[in-house]
Amino acid sequence: MAKFNPGFSRRGLLKASAVAGVGLAAPTVFSSKAYAYTNEPKGGTVTLGFNVPQSGPYADEGADELRAYELAVEHLNGGGDGGMMNTFSSKALKGNGILGKKVEYVTGDTQTKSDAARASAKSMIEKDGAIMITGGSSSGVAVAVQGLCQEAGVIFMAGLTHSNDTTGKDKKANGFRHFFNSYMSGAALAPVLGKAYGTDRKAYHLTADYNWGYTTEEAVRSSTEAMGWETVGAVKTPLAQTDFSSYITPVLQSDADVLVLNHYGGNMVNSLTNAVQFGLRDRVVNGKNFEIVVPLYSRLMAKGAGANVKGIFGSTNWHWSLTDDGSKEFVKSFGTKYGFPPSQAAHTCYVQALLYADAVERAGSFNPCAVVEALEGFEFDGMGNGPTLYRADDHQCFKDVLVVKGKENPTSEFDLLEIVEITPVAQVTYAPDHPQVAGGSLGKCNPGA
Amino acid sequence: MDAVILQILNGLDKGSAYALIALGLTLIFGTLGVVNFAHGALFMLGAFCAVTLSKIFTISYETIDPVRKDFLGNPLKVETPYIFDWFGPDVGTAMIEWSVPLAILFSIPIMILVGLSMERGLIKYFYKRPHADQILVTFGLAIVLQEIIKYFYGANPIPTPAPPALTGSADFGVLLGFDAGSIIYPYWRLVYFVFAAVIIGGVFAFLRYTTFGMVVRAGMADRETVGLLGINIDKRFTIMFALAACVAGLAGVMYTPINSPNYHMGMDFLVLSFVVVVVGGMGSLEGAVAAGFLLGVLESFASMGEIVSLLPGINQIIIYLVAIIILLTRPRGLMGRKGVMEE
Amino acid sequence: MLGLNSKDKTLFLIVLALTMFAPFLLNPFPEGSELAQFNAGYPDLMQRFVIFGIFAIGFNILFGLTGYLSFGHAAFLGVGSYAGVWMLKLLTMNVVPAIIVSVIFAGLFSAVVGYISLRRSGIYFSILTLAFAQMSFALAYSVLTPITNGETGLQLALNDPRILDFDAADGSLPATNFFGIEMRDGFELALGPWLFTFNFGYYLCAIIMLIAFYISIRIFRSPFGLMLRAVKTNQQRLRFTGKNPKPHTLAAFIISGMYAGLAGGLMVAMDPLAGAERMQWTASGEVVLMTILGGAGTLIGPVLGAGVIKYFENIFSKINDNVLYNWFSFLPDGMQDAFVFMIHPFIGKGWHLTLGIMFMLVVIFLPGGVVEGGQRLRQLFSRRGGSDSAGGASSAKAHPAE
Repeated sequence: MAKFNPGFSRRGLLKASAVAGVGLAAPTVFSSKAYAYTNEPKGGTVTLGFNVPQSGPYADEGADELRAYELAVEHLNGGGDGGMMNTFSSKALKGNGILGKKVEYVTGDTQTKSDAARASAKSMIEKDGAIMITGGSSSGVAVAVQGLCQEAGVIFMAGLTHSNDTTGKDKKANGFRHFFNSYMSGAALAPVLGKAYGTDRKAYHLTADYNWGYTTEEAVRSSTEAMGWETVGAVKTPLAQTDFSSYITPVLQSDADVLVLNHYGGNMVNSLTNAVQFGLRDRVVNGKNFEIVVPLYSRLMAKGAGANVKGIFGSTNWHWSLTDDGSKEFVKSFGTKYGFPPSQAAHTCYVQALLYADAVERAGSFNPCAVVEALEGFEFDGMGNGPTLYRADDHQCFKDVLVVKGKENPTSEFDLLEIVEITPVAQVTYAPDHPQVAGGSLGKCNPGA
Repeated sequence: MDAVILQILNGLDKGSAYALIALGLTLIFGTLGVVNFAHGALFMLGAFCAVTLSKIFTISYETIDPVRKDFLGNPLKVETPYIFDWFGPDVGTAMIEWSVPLAILFSIPIMILVGLSMERGLIKYFYKRPHADQILVTFGLAIVLQEIIKYFYGANPIPTPAPPALTGSADFGVLLGFDAGSIIYPYWRLVYFVFAAVIIGGVFAFLRYTTFGMVVRAGMADRETVGLLGINIDKRFTIMFALAACVAGLAGVMYTPINSPNYHMGMDFLVLSFVVVVVGGMGSLEGAVAAGFLLGVLESFASMGEIVSLLPGINQIIIYLVAIIILLTRPRGLMGRKGVMEE
Repeated sequence: MLGLNSKDKTLFLIVLALTMFAPFLLNPFPEGSELAQFNAGYPDLMQRFVIFGIFAIGFNILFGLTGYLSFGHAAFLGVGSYAGVWMLKLLTMNVVPAIIVSVIFAGLFSAVVGYISLRRSGIYFSILTLAFAQMSFALAYSVLTPITNGETGLQLALNDPRILDFDAADGSLPATNFFGIEMRDGFELALGPWLFTFNFGYYLCAIIMLIAFYISIRIFRSPFGLMLRAVKTNQQRLRFTGKNPKPHTLAAFIISGMYAGLAGGLMVAMDPLAGAERMQWTASGEVVLMTILGGAGTLIGPVLGAGVIKYFENIFSKINDNVLYNWFSFLPDGMQDAFVFMIHPFIGKGWHLTLGIMFMLVVIFLPGGVVEGGQRLRQLFSRRGGSDSAGGASSAKAHPAE
């Protein structure tokens, strides 16, 4: 009966400590009295919850996130070549798990729906005793799960989420985001676009009709208008749209000479493909070549658009062709294990897992409030984006942003984007009360107990 | 004016996809009395026939290039398709570029086979079952089919471009007396429209002018009587199912250059095509085609900036709104017959 | 008892026992055993079982009795959810007003949709309901963002007014409660290696589901229920007898819409967030599948169907290769890999595939759904026992609805 199981730490301990027979044990997860905080790991292991899209349109991105997490767990437990742990500026991690506890993980399927994502996160917290939830591939899901983790008293390390709101009006004390956001995309792209296409341009926006689309359009508009561009049209497109022809053709009628596609995922692939089909890239308007811009690039998705991405500017959080030591280490260990380079989603998830583990080590405790304290204002380097700050005001990472361009002559199926400029962090930093992110408040960290 | 013409073109193009799928759905429903929720999956399978063919063409052997390096710094493995060796690089490249049109030939036998085995292996046991059972079993089949595709091809869209000769766009503006560059339309979309028109025309001609088609139409109208005449209507209906599968598959093959195919594209089209079929009127082939084009054109108009700024969100709901209005004013859709699926 | 006949009483008592002892029944495997993966006795999933049970019971009142197949019921659940969250934001964290208002709003919305849609029948009716639901979803996701918070979903915020609650926010959100009992509270019971979780929220949902189930039995057995069955069998004949079927069908539609709203209200009472996706056609399709899978037109079927689908969604999707390797760790390496390779496509990210296969198997071999499966088993046993009750069992056989 007292056989110890490493799988589910909290419950394993309960089981081991439970005397035979009936006895009312501690209250549940959410209002535990016997624990200092939700799912306090008391055995020799600690369980992390990886909540990624495994079905639906973002399943491939989710699969890549999961690979990154598995790699991170391997490295944290001392396996493999250690990856970015070798280059990480903080040396608290020793490759013996977290605080000496072996890292275990459970996985769930967000389905890229906020309901399903919350259900699987809850199941990981309530059933499997996860102490931290991480992952995801959309802002709606990130905000929903972040809210849940705040209430449940666990830490949420956001995966791929780009909307300003995640660390803007929907920020939460228990939630942290490493990925960049719409504002940063706009701020990084504008100067590059100005240099390449001139400051006298007329832009037409097609925007996905939901939250992330709105914030991205706002960010790109305000930063391009600030340097002299004029916005001549902005049309919202339904999320479920697959054929964008009827939104592209009005662009032909307008006198716009730049088309900005505030789309992500399947929407981006389809709208870009359609725009190229309609010959937009061969057009000359106002004596200038017509150009297309995609504010948020994803290499996995860019692949779906094939040759259409060539020469098109966009921004990205990270790219495998970066040559700093951290990126090289990560690409090497990921590539050796899986046979292809990691995506930006994989990178941000891997880094988030390591950052969490490191914060726990430095805090000396899994207590969410101690972790929050360790992460707030934390400055680090060697994780692929140069010196980075986890700002205390909104739990957003501030780091360099990459401006990329679809490569003209790709040498392999992974070699789709080339880095045009590494925008220094100073240029993309904004005040915590900037109008684009204003509203909401972090609240207080919640340890759950 | 030119904006209106462009939106009509867009609408016709969207309409052809709706009409092709709705045509197949109506054929199956009209002949076999089966509500086929797997029809969207057949469209998707067709699209993946094109993907598969281009994958087959690019099956390659690896040679190691000692000079160039891959992303890990190891010597780069260069892949050369076998067809380059068999047919020479020029013909090989052309075959890869033209893989979508070639996939039409490739997909016909596959889709017929899929259709036949689906009908013989599954659907035929559901003729007499309630529609709810038919929906559940075909929906289950649709999930299974798309998960199989996802297992082999992943969830991301796969680019399948049109042949280079057809990737450009035509300038209609000049022909019609407008300014150059005002009405531009991609060649492939024109091809798609013509293709759809040919298929639709072909199906109608087949049903109207062949004895086979005549029997099928008679069977659609009154199955029992035709059976009493000693005609084996079941066998013909099986063939009609294969034909409908083929139409959906071809629609899918030709659609791939317009939007990169992914595993859930069938579900995206399924609901819309059901709306189209019902708006057209259950059991009416003409109705399905007419409703397909009508909804396609209206959808295009509703997405024009002027209209959206007047009625925000109208582009999101236009199809459903029109469906509601039509069904309330015409009880059986545009051309539906009395008593079909009304219980 | 309670005006039920003996057969219904037995059924009700079975459901009562099932729901009350669910924390035991759903956790049959000891903690830490390899099979603990299959335990479903944690609060969130148990709540979901009964909430979707309510949804399916309500749907069955419309579909099972009248045969009208609505493809838009998720819209009522969504409207209920939004109304519920707004109550939690504006009024109080007590769930009672939220649940009541959810039911009212869903009822009003379903009255409008039902009044229009019921002008048509058969598939035309189905498409009308689908159209309304899809419009609601599309608008909630985009244009109505100020009310629904669009993609992100409507959730609570620290600065919500909550005019009836006095406790000042201390930087953390208050929990939903039932007159002070927090929904997320509960206690655990350790019995040897077993661990059982009792959650107050679940028991609130379970009691409400029992009431909903009881009402549904009474409706099934009432003259009103008989009238609804007549609507399904032959509307024409009903009209000849001088009865107008329309008001009855509309009443059934509104009742089932209110059930959906109740489910939506309970969902936000347990977890205060309302996302637009719960109004999408796939969500409406899900309740159709639950009902057919369990056995349309039967009393208990929809609840079982809801349980099966939610179980797959939440348990199968969480089994990853790592877990598989643990299970087969007793095998030699080669065989371990082979087993994992064979099972891999069906679990974790492949749970949709398993669900699809299950739909097909059930509908091919058990046309009456899970309920028929149960009846066949019972028949099998009673035949073995040499008893003559087999005839009784088959006469109670479910008649799948059209």
